[in-house]
Order: sequence, then structure tokens, then C-alpha cells
Amino acid sequence: MTHLDQLEAEAVYIMREVAAECERPVMLYSIGKDSSVMLHLALKAFYPEKPPFPFLHIDTGWKFREMTAFRDRRAQELGIQMLVYRNEEAIAQGVNPFDHGAAYTDIMKTQALKAALDFHGFTAAFGGGRRDEEKSRAKERIFSFRNAQHAWDPKNQRPELWKLFNTQIHKGESIRVFPISNWTEKDIWQYIQREQIPIVPLYFAKERPVVHRDGNIIMVDDARMRLLPGEAPVIQSVRFRTLGCYPLTGGVESTAATLEEVIAETLAAATSERTSRVIDNEAAGSMERRKREGYF
Amino acid sequence: MQDLLKFITCGSVDDGKSTLIGHILYDAKLLYADQEQALLLDSQVGSRGGAIDYSLLLDGLMAEREQGITIDVAYRYFTTEKRSFIVADTPGHEEYTRNMAVGASFADLAVILVDATQGVLTQTRRHARICAMTGIRHFTFAVNKFDLAGYDEAVFLRISAEIAQLAAQLQLQDVAVIPVSATEGDNVTKPSPHMPWYSGKTLLAHLESVETSGEDGEKGFTLPVQRVSRPDHTFRGFQGQIESGSVSVGESITVLPSNQNAKIKAIFVGDSPAERASAGQPVTLQLDREVDVSRGSVITQNAGLQVAQQFSATLLWMDDTPLATGKEYWVKIGTKLLPGMVRAVNYSIDVNTGAQRPAAALAKNEIAQCVLALSQPAVLDAFCSHKVLGELILIDRVNHATAACGVIEAVLENNPPEETPEAVQRLVIPVDMGGGVVKQVEITVRIL
Repeated sequence: MTHLDQLEAEAVYIMREVAAECERPVMLYSIGKDSSVMLHLALKAFYPEKPPFPFLHIDTGWKFREMTAFRDRRAQELGIQMLVYRNEEAIAQGVNPFDHGAAYTDIMKTQALKAALDFHGFTAAFGGGRRDEEKSRAKERIFSFRNAQHAWDPKNQRPELWKLFNTQIHKGESIRVFPISNWTEKDIWQYIQREQIPIVPLYFAKERPVVHRDGNIIMVDDARMRLLPGEAPVIQSVRFRTLGCYPLTGGVESTAATLEEVIAETLAAATSERTSRVIDNEAAGSMERRKREGYF
Repeated sequence: MQDLLKFITCGSVDDGKSTLIGHILYDAKLLYADQEQALLLDSQVGSRGGAIDYSLLLDGLMAEREQGITIDVAYRYFTTEKRSFIVADTPGHEEYTRNMAVGASFADLAVILVDATQGVLTQTRRHARICAMTGIRHFTFAVNKFDLAGYDEAVFLRISAEIAQLAAQLQLQDVAVIPVSATEGDNVTKPSPHMPWYSGKTLLAHLESVETSGEDGEKGFTLPVQRVSRPDHTFRGFQGQIESGSVSVGESITVLPSNQNAKIKAIFVGDSPAERASAGQPVTLQLDREVDVSRGSVITQNAGLQVAQQFSATLLWMDDTPLATGKEYWVKIGTKLLPGMVRAVNYSIDVNTGAQRPAAALAKNEIAQCVLALSQPAVLDAFCSHKVLGELILIDRVNHATAACGVIEAVLENNPPEETPEAVQRLVIPVDMGGGVVKQVEITVRIL
């Protein structure tokens, strides 16, 4: 078996364990390439049965328009149950990525996620986190236990031996499960290519309206984008290495319009992919802090 | 496509595990520019007075950086021209031994660090023992800090002798010893100019060339069933990963523990129909007749597995609460979760000398050989015969902690107790046949 076969087998094993042992599982779906891989693995793991759990997208209201269109199209094509949860209260209060900085991510993503999990009573939630993304993720178990407040205690993680996963929880507690923990960004791209997995077109270079701000290339995806004085969108060929809320997601200048070209660029890249997430360019330990508070 | 080597670094506190891996990643240019920049910034406030502190690449938790120690396993991924690697960097403190065991259970090879100024320590022996217990077959001892030991060959020879003794005690098969300096980079990825008396491979060259494939020649075909897939009344498939051997459409198999036979009707590898599937592949199998199969059953062929309730096992205790013999725990073996207990502790094992000592109890970080009894017969085997069916964990039924891990040494009793008459009930139930017709149907219920 090749390296990718081994990673695929590991992920499938984990998904089946959760489906068999956990009472009410859900798969978090962020629409990004890692989610596309997760969805593909779930389809394979249970075939010919449909994945025996719903999918959940936490919608901040500021995702790229191409992302939501892709989400709805895929859910319909595949006949899977796609739940969408939005923090309507915060949206009504006008919480937005321009004025509310770090609080925005907390309110629209972390708080919304916790509320959605509580609302549906999910006891296990699959996420597409990978250990190569960030140092505190590199330390996290595949089955990551959360208390009733959804908090992670990094100093007291359950031992995880061989593939004997401990899924026992008390009422109110839950488990976050990361089946592609051991995949790298390169593995993800190579697997997408091998399996011909559909991904959002934003990953491929195209001429798009963008502004350059604080070293990031931000796409002007709709009329809500606030331009700074003197700032004007320019048309430029860009693509995105990660996807999120469009005002917070930096693109890269690129002409890589095919999967082969994107992979070639990725393998030659000199910066890790998380640098394109504006949110992560903070002090060391910021991801761990967010995770302790319930972030994925 | 390249093959994959999963290895761990372990050894006592401050032997330089994180620094060593950090140095490999740095030297092999496996860092992205932004990570390198962050490393340089972090080092300026670190404990090496501005010189690069490679360990900061791995110690990612806030508490670890504050205390300058490794608390939990960090996984790192890198690829050289020869091989892909996943390395689990494990903590050296005795307090965090269970986290070290997590890394060990994941790896094919262990890099055990030994401080050249201190030699083989108790914690070195403990880690080597846990590595051997969890199934690692390849051992590389990296004798580190030679820059602080005058790059002296006599030191290397003395410590190599200590290692040879340890290897003999634990019956380690494949052992290499390499003198290195993780901070200075001697023999890490480049041959050291300071140790002309050592002509062997550098650590990285050794890791790139160790042969680990084709080792798991376990007997027969085994598939522990993870779940039964019944999307509708026309389809019933059994999903799991093949742990040994292979199987083809049309072949006869036996289901344990029900001991019923059937033939393979269809195989899916993932979402593709296949004529044949083999070890490591995730499959869905369909059988040609209705047999008793549920999660925890094992579909097998000539594997010589056992259906048993009692066995001896070596346990590593991991919970703060010590073992209570006679207390009921959840026992997970393969895909089966069932109640069970530790009936007796045969002896505990001195991690330093390997001596067997009489013991009645078992506390955190201690290793002992015990007798376990399950609440009902389960499919299992000795760890040395079928790895996946010889691995187990104990889960505390109240606080849900993973209290211990262990490996099965020997099955003690192979005859499940006779089915008691109470275990079978005959029931007559009314079944609505449609059109207002109700028929009384007699069914037999086996209480498992």
C-alpha cells in the first residue's frame, strides 16, 4: 500500500469507529479542500450506504459566494443532509469582520459552533484539522475529548493507544474527531488529484477583483467589502490556499489554473498555508487559546 | 510513491529529543520560511541566549514553552528524497510516561536518546521496555551531547556496552547506536568532523535506509468487524479493515465467536467492487447467507484465533487511580468493547532490571503481568500472533479514563462456558400479516 492508501485506510477506520460507537455524530463541513477530502472519505467509508450522519456548516454570513454555491450544489448532488447554522442574533446586531476583529471569529465561529452542537445534541463532531497546520494541533489526539463547556484540556489528554479509541463520555460531554490528523497539505492535494475530488474553484487562479492590505491580498467578493480611503480594487490573477470569510482570507498571486499547476506551486511554496489566514498571524499560542475555548 | 516510516523519539528528560528532531527539520530545509522566522524570534527570548533553540519547533503547548519541557506527544511530518516520515516526539518526564506510550504504540521504529554525560538511565530503560511492549521492532540509540563529552570514543564504547546489555535483556532484534550532538548537528544529517572514530551512518541516513516492510506475516485472514451496514432490506455488509491475509469472492470464511461458516459473495474496497482484498485495506464484505455477525465479531480463515474469557497480559497502568483487582472496567480488544476485570496481578516488572517482583497492586507508570477475565468470551489472540487482536485498553467505567493499555501474552482458558438454559428464551409474538391477519410466530432469542 502506498503512503496515501495508508492515510486513507486510517481515516476510514476512524470514521467507521465513530459511526459504530458514538451516539450522535456529525461531520463539520467548512467547504474547503480538507472538507472536500473528508466528505469523499465518508462516502467511501460507508459505501454503498450514505454516510450515517449529517454534515454541519457554520455559516458566518461572510463566506465567499462561490463557497456557499458549491456547498449547496454538492449536498444536492450527493443527497446528503447538510445542516447550516448561523448566529442570527449576532448577524442582526451587525457583528462583522471589519469592526470586531478577534471577537468576530469567536462570536461567529466558536460560539456558533458550540451553540449548533448543543442545539442538535451532537456527541461527536468530525473535523478536518491536520497536525501539520499548527503547533498546538500537532499535539492533539485524533479523538479529542471536550467537557460540557466544549473546552479542550491540553495538559490532560486521554492516552490514545494503537487504534483502540476510547469514545466513552458522560452526558453533555463530546468528542471532536480528526480523521485526517496525519495528512499533510501535500497529501491532501495529491489525494484530490488521485481521486478527482471536486473542490471550490477559488483554489484555482483566475482574474479576480482584489485589494492589497497589510501584506495580504483580499478579494472584493461583494458590496459589503469596506475599502479604506484611497483603496481601489484591481483585477489580478490570484488563487487561495485556504478558504474562510472573504475579508479575512489572503490570496496569493498565481497563474496556476489547473490542479497540476496548483500542486507544483504548493510543493515549491516557501510559506506554510496558515499564513494566508489573517486570524492566525497572532502571538504564538493563540490557536491553543481558541481551542481551549471550543474552537475547532 | 515513497514508503512511510513512523518513528518516535524518546529517552529521559533533557536528553535532547525535541532539539534533535528540530535540527533534522531545520537541516533538511523542511521548514517553511514563516516557521523559520518564528523560530528565530522565539529563540531570542528562549533559554539558549539567542542561539537557535530547535526544541521550540516542537514544544507547541503554552505550558511546555513556559516550563521548557515536553508534556505531550508532538507529531511532525517530513519527506526527504528517499522516504516520507511521521515522527512522534515524546515527553521524557516519568510523570508523562503514558503520553510516551501513545507515541510508541504508533511507531515502527524508536530513536531512544541517551545523554553521553550520563549513560543509560532508569527512564531510558523504561522507555525501551514500553517500546518493545507496544510492538516496536527497530531501535536506534542516539547517544547525544557528545560536544559535552569531549567527542570521546571511550565514552561511546562504555555506553554502547550498557545499551547492548539492555538490548539483550529486552530481546531487541534490530539495534543501532549512533553518537550525535543534537545542538551542534554532529551525525544528525551530516557526518561529524569531531568523531573520526565513528564511520557509521548519520541518524537521518540510517532512518532513510532501515527496512521495515514485509514484516507482518500474521497467519490466515482476519477482519474484525467494525460495523454492520444495512442501508435497506436488500443489503447487509460487514465493514472493517483486513488485519492479516487476504480474501477473494467465493472463498469460505468462519465468523467468530458464533463459529458459523459462509462464503464471500461480494467485496468492496472503499466504493469499488473487487475480486480480492488484502491486509491493510478497508473493506465491506457481503456473505452468501445469514449468519450471526455484529460489531466485535471477527471474520476469519485459517488464522487460529481464540474465543476466550481469560488470559494473561502485560499491562502499563496509566491512570492516577491505581488498579483495583476485581473491579469491573470496560475492556476494548479489536472492535469489541465489553466488561471485564483484572483478576490477579502475577508480578510487577522492575523497569530498571527487568526483575519480576511479587505485587498485589499496580499504580501509575508501573508495568505488571496480570490475569484478566472478561464478562463473556471474545475473539482474541496473543499479541505476538495477531497484533490487533492482542492489544487492549482498560477504561474506567465511572470517570471514563483510559486506565491502562496492555498486550495479551497467553490465552488461559479456551472453552467458553456451556450456554446456560437461561441464555435462550423462546418467545411467541404476534405479527401483523396485513389484511387484518395476525399470526403467532415463535422465535428463539439468545441472550448474549
